[in-house]
Amino acid sequence: MAVKVLIPTPLQKFTNNEATIDIGGDNIVALLDSLESQFPGIKARLCDDSGELRRFVNFYVNSEDIRFLDGKETALSDGDEVSIVPAVAGG
Amino acid sequence: MTQAIDRPASKPLQCATFTNLKCRECGATYDLGAKHVCEECFGPLEVAYDYDAIRRQVTRESIAAGPNSIWRYKAFLPVATDTPIDVGTGMTPLLKANRLARRLGLKELYIKNDAVNMPTLSFKDRVVSVALTRARELGFTTVSCASTGNLANSTAAIAAHAGLDCCVFIPSDLEAGKVLGTLIYDPTVMAVHGNYDQVNRLCSEVANTHGWGFVNINLRPYYSEGSKTLAYEVVEQLGWKLPDHIVAPPASGSLYGKIYKGFNEFVKVGLVDDKPVRFSGAQAEGCSPIYQAYKEGRDFITPVKPNTIAKSIAIGNPADGIYALEIAKKTNGNIEAVTDAEIIEGMKLLAETEGIFTETAGGTTIAVLKKLAEAGKIDPDESTVAYITGNGLKTQEAVSGSVGEPLFIDPKLDSFERAWERANTLSRLDWQQTQV
Repeated sequence: MAVKVLIPTPLQKFTNNEATIDIGGDNIVALLDSLESQFPGIKARLCDDSGELRRFVNFYVNSEDIRFLDGKETALSDGDEVSIVPAVAGG
Repeated sequence: MTQAIDRPASKPLQCATFTNLKCRECGATYDLGAKHVCEECFGPLEVAYDYDAIRRQVTRESIAAGPNSIWRYKAFLPVATDTPIDVGTGMTPLLKANRLARRLGLKELYIKNDAVNMPTLSFKDRVVSVALTRARELGFTTVSCASTGNLANSTAAIAAHAGLDCCVFIPSDLEAGKVLGTLIYDPTVMAVHGNYDQVNRLCSEVANTHGWGFVNINLRPYYSEGSKTLAYEVVEQLGWKLPDHIVAPPASGSLYGKIYKGFNEFVKVGLVDDKPVRFSGAQAEGCSPIYQAYKEGRDFITPVKPNTIAKSIAIGNPADGIYALEIAKKTNGNIEAVTDAEIIEGMKLLAETEGIFTETAGGTTIAVLKKLAEAGKIDPDESTVAYITGNGLKTQEAVSGSVGEPLFIDPKLDSFERAWERANTLSRLDWQQTQV
């Protein structure tokens, strides 16, 4: 099973400058572990010391913010698209 | 008479006063490139300045002798050039609002009127003038943004003036005036089937793969600094004094935080005496994540899905919301929310008492101002500034059913007399109803 992960520019130095990664994971927590095993150091940028997602990072599964789903327990299926997006200003 | 705006460098080059980008969360520093996110912790990056250098360069007199635009405060803005893009942005009126004040039981109320900011009639011209000047310095030839309307208007207009290519992204359900007011400048306009937060996410993804200058994404640290001029102008226009209380709409939280930063910077460099300024925030009930957090005593923001007529402030996932919340709390201010019906009444109240036609965001600010005044949360003796951030001609749909109709008459005196009598009877009935 693989999901497509869109990697934001600040993290692309971990992914050999790849903007898109295909990787496994049943939910967001498992996905983070998969990312970490393939790209060591990336998880610490996304999660704080207690393992919680940092407050300025947003995760979307198929365009929906995971805070409207099940947070980091949000289940993933084959072919899902996960987007990691830093908070942005605007209006 | 106003002089034509064409300002080639006439003064010796001042040293740039901005030094680096710094993470607001962990303090990591970065060079002054096009980046907005800390690579260590994902916190937002902010421009840092050498305030000693600013203090040496700037006096009240030197500011007053500067251009009649935001660029009189250039020492406080993150651009190096001596010839920034100057389209007359800023120095909008600060109006003493006596009639509205009397209506609300306040004694010293001012309206900072960015409904007439130039060139596109919203505060966004401030941030875009700074962002596109910086974009040019950084070598971008194409600029872009995610927008609820006003930012798209401004980016497209100022890009046209500066000769930059432009592609903007908006939600597909925006008010007609905001869409037309972008298209006229001939950018590429992407109308996205989704809300603003979805548009923003898409733009972040586009920014990862296209080398464009997104004013509110990779240029955000520079862009957002432009809002500080809303603070500087108010201080200067009050006769170099801080107000006691301000009311502004914290939509993404950016403007709100930058007004706070602007006041603090003027204190820091000795341009104005320090005193506490209370910060109150205005949200629409249909999109009020910061108000919800404030009301529930939370120190984090839970995103919401927007559903309000106040589209320009319909940001359900406010990037700087947490900072806006902190500012309201530590300055002893309030965050309040109002319904769509109250927003329309707010727009009408400002128009009827002060002759200012604001858009729905301004209606939200006035409705919250009224609510706070009635609840005793604004002291009548406080000097209070309400920030009006946009123009009502852009959101006519919001009030078109609530302002009545003209009286249609024939071009004859008796036709006029009959209609006039009818109009007077109607207002007498109105008056009697309000007395009952």
